[in-house]
Amino acid sequence: MYLANTGRPDAPPRPAGARRRVPATVVALGAVSLVTDVSSEMVTAVLPLYLVLGLGLSPLQFGFLDGMFNGATALVRLLGGRLADRGGHHKRVALAGYLLSALSRLGLLLAGGATAGIAASLAADRLGKGVRTAPRDALISLSGPPETLGRAFGVHRAMDTTGALLGPLAAFAVLWATADAYDAVFAVSFCTGLLGVLLLVLYVPSAAPAPPARSTPLHGGALRDPAFRRILYTASLLGAATIGDSFLYLLIQRGLDLPPALFPLLPLGAATGYLLLAVPAGRIADRVGRRLPFLAGHLALLGAYAALLFPVAWPTVVAVLALLGVFYAFTDGVLMALAGPVLHAHRRAGGLAVLQTGQALARLLGAAGFGAAWTFWGQGPALWTAALALAGALAAGWRILPAPAPARDAPEAP
Amino acid sequence: MNRRPSQLRRLALVVLSVLVLGGGSLGYVLHARHRGLPTATVDGSFSLAEPGLYYRDSATGQVARRSGTGGPPATGGPACERFYATGERALCLRKLPGIPARTQALVLDRRLREIKRVTVPGIPNRARVSASGNVLSWTAFATGDSYATTAFSTRTSILDLRTGYLIKSMEEIPLTIDGTRYHASDVNYWGVTFARDDNRFYATVSTKGRTHLVEGNLRDWSAKALRENVECPSLSPDDTRIAFKKKVSDDPAAPWRLYVLDLADMREHPLAETRSVDDQAAWLDDKTVGYALPGRDGRAADTWSTPADGTSEPRLLIPGGSSPAAVS
Repeated sequence: MYLANTGRPDAPPRPAGARRRVPATVVALGAVSLVTDVSSEMVTAVLPLYLVLGLGLSPLQFGFLDGMFNGATALVRLLGGRLADRGGHHKRVALAGYLLSALSRLGLLLAGGATAGIAASLAADRLGKGVRTAPRDALISLSGPPETLGRAFGVHRAMDTTGALLGPLAAFAVLWATADAYDAVFAVSFCTGLLGVLLLVLYVPSAAPAPPARSTPLHGGALRDPAFRRILYTASLLGAATIGDSFLYLLIQRGLDLPPALFPLLPLGAATGYLLLAVPAGRIADRVGRRLPFLAGHLALLGAYAALLFPVAWPTVVAVLALLGVFYAFTDGVLMALAGPVLHAHRRAGGLAVLQTGQALARLLGAAGFGAAWTFWGQGPALWTAALALAGALAAGWRILPAPAPARDAPEAP
Repeated sequence: MNRRPSQLRRLALVVLSVLVLGGGSLGYVLHARHRGLPTATVDGSFSLAEPGLYYRDSATGQVARRSGTGGPPATGGPACERFYATGERALCLRKLPGIPARTQALVLDRRLREIKRVTVPGIPNRARVSASGNVLSWTAFATGDSYATTAFSTRTSILDLRTGYLIKSMEEIPLTIDGTRYHASDVNYWGVTFARDDNRFYATVSTKGRTHLVEGNLRDWSAKALRENVECPSLSPDDTRIAFKKKVSDDPAAPWRLYVLDLADMREHPLAETRSVDDQAAWLDDKTVGYALPGRDGRAADTWSTPADGTSEPRLLIPGGSSPAAVS
């Protein structure tokens, strides 16, 4: 098995440049994420059907149940980052998150039709997801030298996205084999989730390599660092100018009068683009610095908006999906690679959590704003506004984001 | 330190757990598959010939009937997610297995034999048959694509058995709102109800976040909006009133209340049912409407009835029942 053979043969000096192997920790975390995403996307794919058809919830109630936890996730993520930093328990905190999510499937299975039980299980799942994200990304960013982080995150995100693509297929297979036994989907998802937990336990080294020698704690959070603050501001600003994928897909569907059965294929197309481009994008980011690719990724998003300002045809669809793939490949992992080295190892998980939360909240705001603009002004003006806002945010980001050569790995606190 | 044994042990552990977890998954799937085999026993003699209240029994998923004279209900009807019937025809909506969801609409004759079947995308939602049994309509809603959970959309079909003409989705119908022709791509129709002439119908259209009651004309193929905030209309047997659900609260747990609208003076009044009803009500006679609510004591649904004039108290009619349809 590939995982077992990747041990760490490169203990002493490492061959320079991008030719070097991706750290075993990153591959292991990628495998964990892949398996876990299969598990969670299986459930996500069938949950609306299960709740609406199996339990007779109205779509409105479902939307409420679903949206209720998304806000809470952001706060839990901050907590996860903080806990991981305190004493360098990245693995332990991430493990708790993965385990909680896996066990939540068991909750779904045992809840039967009880809405309260289902709500509790969904909450547990989101809690787990929120807790584990930042420590996991911190582990990735601590696993290798800063100049290879782009590729490391690229590999991880590509594996993660593969899992997200396989999950619905697995769910489909189970439903097909059992004539719509939703509980079988939950059972398989539970087993898959446990496998992810086991891979984490066995193959991810526990401690971050940071020296715990210094007993003097770092004062203040990551926000004290001006370089980090600039990254946070830029990511949030650009996030607030992001309208949300669902709206883009809706615009395509409207423009093309796409049959509903084909609608799910749109995100699939974008995810495939992301999957294919994640590693190359990471390599490019390692070579030229992460600032430019991060901004260029948003430029691709701007391109997608612009393409939709014209009448939609099939080439537009291909272009928009490809541009979305580029956008994710050049912004998601790259942002972590950009921010990671700026943060001291002791406050990296917390810092990344702040960054992810800031970006997520800004995007939520952006999507809500676009939704309102669409309702009040109509589709065309709303999209123009979004494009102008993104162009403005890009110009601002160009000014705000620190030019290359930020601090190297784990700068000493002054 | 010797890493090799530990590596081997780790690998062995992974292989072992893949076998155990994979075996567990497979076992569960096989068990579910076995259990999922059809348990429904359909009684060939069950038909629409007997007058009574037909409904879907949530315990079996099959249609059952309670006669007006009392006694135990007759069971053994077809298995449906949503059902409606008048004297001559019945409409049975089934969900086909798998993702994305598809709805199969089965048109059944008086003896509940299948005379037509249509498959549309989406989850079964509403079903109606005109009093004569000549025109039928059903609504399915499309949701559950994990990738697109922001909104759900409905597709309403209308089938005219006299001509065999099927409109798979009525969203293209020319629509007039406030006297002007309305063009928008976000129109969603649901909950059609037919008048006795087999031509006039009512339905709900939603656009730009609002719902309107529309009056439609099958022959001219046109529709005009009459009034706002009316969902799932249900025309009384004498064609004079419409029972509907009105959105009365922003609380997503209890948004609706049942109302009745008098078409002569366009005045509406609430019914005595204070719980939020998410159903297309069915008239049990000219004075009473029936509707399903989430069930008590672990049942999936219960059917209740309440007087159409807004007086009195709602009454638990059929524990475990949904999709009520009065056949006389």
